[in-house]
Amino acid sequence: MATTDVGLHDAAGQAARTPVVNDMSIQVATANGSGSQSSNTVLLRSIFQMGIPVSGKNLFPSNIAGLPTWYTIRANKDGYVARKKKIDLLVAMNQETGRDDVMALESGAAVLYDEPLKLSSLRSDLIFYAVPFDKLVAPVCPEAKLRKLVKNMIYVGVVAKLLDIDLGEVEKALRKQFAKKVKAANLNFAAAQAGYDYAAASLTKADPFKLERMNKTQGKIIIDGNAASALGCVFAGCTVLSWYPITPSSSLAENMIEYLKRFRIGQDGKATFAVVQAEDELAAIGMVIGASWAGARAMTTTSGPGISLMSEFAGLSYYAEIPAVVWDIQRVGPSTGLPTRTSQGDILSTAFLSHGDTKHMMLFPSSPHECFEMAMDAFNLAEQLQTIVFVMSDLDLGMNNWMSDPFPYPDTPIERGKVLTKEDLSRLGGFSRYKDVDGDGVGYRTLPGTQHPAAAYFTRGSGHNAQANYSERPEDYESNMERLSRKFDQARTLVPAPVIETMPKAEIGIIAFGSSHWALTESRDQLRDEHKLATDYLRIRGFPFAHEIADFVRAHKRVYVVEQNRDAQMLSLLKLDLDSELVPKLRSVARLDGLPMDARSVTDEIAAMEGK
Amino acid sequence: MATTPASPKTNRLGLAVLDYRGGKTTLCAGCGHNAISERIIDALYEMGVQPERVAKLSGIGCSSKSPAYFLSRAHSFNSVHGRMPSVATGAVLANRSLMALGVSGDGDTASIGIGQFVHLMRRNLPIIYIIEDNGVYGLTKGQFSATADLGSKLKTGVVNELPPIDTCELAISLGATFVGRSFSGDKRQLHAMLKAAIAHNGTVLLDVVSPCVTFNDHEGSTKSYKYMIDHEEPLQEISFIPVFEDIAVDYDPGTTLEVEMHDGSKLRLRKLEEDYDPTNKIRAISRLNEAKEKGEMLTGVLYVNTKAPTFLDMLNITEQPLATIPASATRPGPEVLEQVMEELR
Repeated sequence: MATTDVGLHDAAGQAARTPVVNDMSIQVATANGSGSQSSNTVLLRSIFQMGIPVSGKNLFPSNIAGLPTWYTIRANKDGYVARKKKIDLLVAMNQETGRDDVMALESGAAVLYDEPLKLSSLRSDLIFYAVPFDKLVAPVCPEAKLRKLVKNMIYVGVVAKLLDIDLGEVEKALRKQFAKKVKAANLNFAAAQAGYDYAAASLTKADPFKLERMNKTQGKIIIDGNAASALGCVFAGCTVLSWYPITPSSSLAENMIEYLKRFRIGQDGKATFAVVQAEDELAAIGMVIGASWAGARAMTTTSGPGISLMSEFAGLSYYAEIPAVVWDIQRVGPSTGLPTRTSQGDILSTAFLSHGDTKHMMLFPSSPHECFEMAMDAFNLAEQLQTIVFVMSDLDLGMNNWMSDPFPYPDTPIERGKVLTKEDLSRLGGFSRYKDVDGDGVGYRTLPGTQHPAAAYFTRGSGHNAQANYSERPEDYESNMERLSRKFDQARTLVPAPVIETMPKAEIGIIAFGSSHWALTESRDQLRDEHKLATDYLRIRGFPFAHEIADFVRAHKRVYVVEQNRDAQMLSLLKLDLDSELVPKLRSVARLDGLPMDARSVTDEIAAMEGK
Repeated sequence: MATTPASPKTNRLGLAVLDYRGGKTTLCAGCGHNAISERIIDALYEMGVQPERVAKLSGIGCSSKSPAYFLSRAHSFNSVHGRMPSVATGAVLANRSLMALGVSGDGDTASIGIGQFVHLMRRNLPIIYIIEDNGVYGLTKGQFSATADLGSKLKTGVVNELPPIDTCELAISLGATFVGRSFSGDKRQLHAMLKAAIAHNGTVLLDVVSPCVTFNDHEGSTKSYKYMIDHEEPLQEISFIPVFEDIAVDYDPGTTLEVEMHDGSKLRLRKLEEDYDPTNKIRAISRLNEAKEKGEMLTGVLYVNTKAPTFLDMLNITEQPLATIPASATRPGPEVLEQVMEELR
């Protein structure tokens, strides 16, 4: 049955006459574990290879197989890669969600669906393409048990035909995806070809969306944030990784293990690293603290529940002044929350993680490139300031595919901080571990194993004086805590500086950070184009806050702080930090539903608050 | 016997006992922990361990304070409650040339720290882990810990109604390769056992009953000096011949088991119980359970395996300490990054 069920004939016909080129979002709805990830990656890469800016976001359940999963691909000629709220083409493969997915579409969208789902009767204002996947898959895949997986490659072929994607690009992407598995690649390409042929013979194009080659991805790479972070840690010279599996951070550790095995085996065949899959997050951070204390560059990677468990050790790191690098790939809390959904919800609790007076450095990467770079920053800062550093990534950044310029080779030297050697000790005669010799609040340390009788000191989380001896004296406690505060304050100028982007005559400012950046870039253009609202934009990249942040707030009438959580956590941190007369200028755009931030929601909210 | 040579003024490194001493103890007079510190000092001194090569690690509690009272010339880390194993693991991974000496208590190990304890035992990481075991929480004034025996009484008359966790049995079954139990008051046995522990390459677990004179040394306690003196059942008479002493002393293989340690030292166990074989894991575990039934307090080398690969072997870590490996070996070159970028294009 050749089926192009065109509802709303006039509107669709009209739309078909004015093509929408290189500006669309595709949503693929499948069941988890059905092998759709490969198909979606092939689709994404095919578009990328055509030179069109593209991004892919996986909205998946906390489940191995069976529950619904969605993948959205956005192609945009202007380079907007944030999640687009409006879906233009739905690929409906999942019976369970088919109806809801169709009902959620905006008028004029197109739906490519598995014929037995009979979705075309649901709406008359959409364009429907029915594809008999089961009938198409049988001839190309004789092995019945593989059909469920191969079936998904058929929609890649259908979409390619509908959107004008060159089948050659599909084949190239597919061969890259399956790498050395030639047989699997052949089988899958046959499926894509079958879909393509079917669409050519049986479907009549009725939607306006199409893709045309351009040259905006030349030389670029596609990488997820966790892989970029892992690569950064390898190039930062990390030597000890201990971790406990948790979504969405596991792939950071797993990528890192792969890179370490490839690139960090010495000529003697021995590893210049140690990786331990620890028994829990307490042990993971404990090993990091022990290894850093003994002089290694050590790190762990986790997400919210792990951060909560690491709280006690974070305080030890702060108070005993032991370097540590912790990656927090944030997911939705509280508690177990939504383990496979993204958020920026750990900001406030991480800033002050642990009991007593503690405060911690945080870095906020917003792109894979920054994940890579901030790995170097994190290790250097941790060792220079002898304390824990948190790199606050999130699921959207960490697990989704992003386009990026290739990473330049790091020019940041590996800074090991103030460590006294045997020779230093011979020259100095001795040292006081927590004495502020240089006036920057940072003392000198020695590493266990330093062969000098004066090298040893006693590390403890209990009260201590400048000589690292046990002390409960009020003046020792107070002066130590005061020094720690000064040391922390110094980090304002050491953490990555904020990035400021301006528009002429802007009176209002926007502050955002992390993965929100991509929605913000688009939103600012929307505010300008749709509401004639010029904005300046400051992207926070580190905590404690750089002085430029206060200057930015001071220079604007109102400042919107945009973030992906309910309680305006970054805004709360800013309130604690800014002069009180600046605080009334702050406005909150804080929202979280577990989906990556989209520009439209931000634009509408800011416009409404601006009375537009 | 070779275990206690006449005290020379200096050891093979030319260091005096003083070089192995620590700060003045702040524990109670008569605390078993102080006796253990003394044995550690003697053993390290006699074995000629370079003090700076040792990393002392502990958790929280009376026991965990004791690293301050010996070997001031070694780095020490009094970490958080029950988490010494992870900190020690990190330290050893960072610098495999360190000799890790962990001191913990029964609460720090068997209650709050049981999770990290069992996983440490699984890995056979080179470390000496000493439990200063008194069955109570001293610093919080005498509550039962998880090693307190069933029916044991607190000073207040409270009776322990839960079975104890046997840390030695756990350690043996999980993979520790040198497991012993001793008593802080058994100077000779503990001394020899500590020297053998220093020579061992792998996880050493020594559970040393160490009476708490303030909260658990009364009638009705099974961790008191009196109870231990009355009930201690040594499995062997232990002697240790360090590799550097090279003393040829004959022994009767019929009554004595000789174990060659990793460094060539000899551990000699004169059997007090004829059929006990400390290289037999299953037998060791079943003997411990028999002792429990009979109310015996077995001490001695319960299990030893000098051949098992350590965690460092399994991880294939380079000989040079990771802590001080130069950046040139830890940051791959530009061609590596370019290769990865190319793969991602």
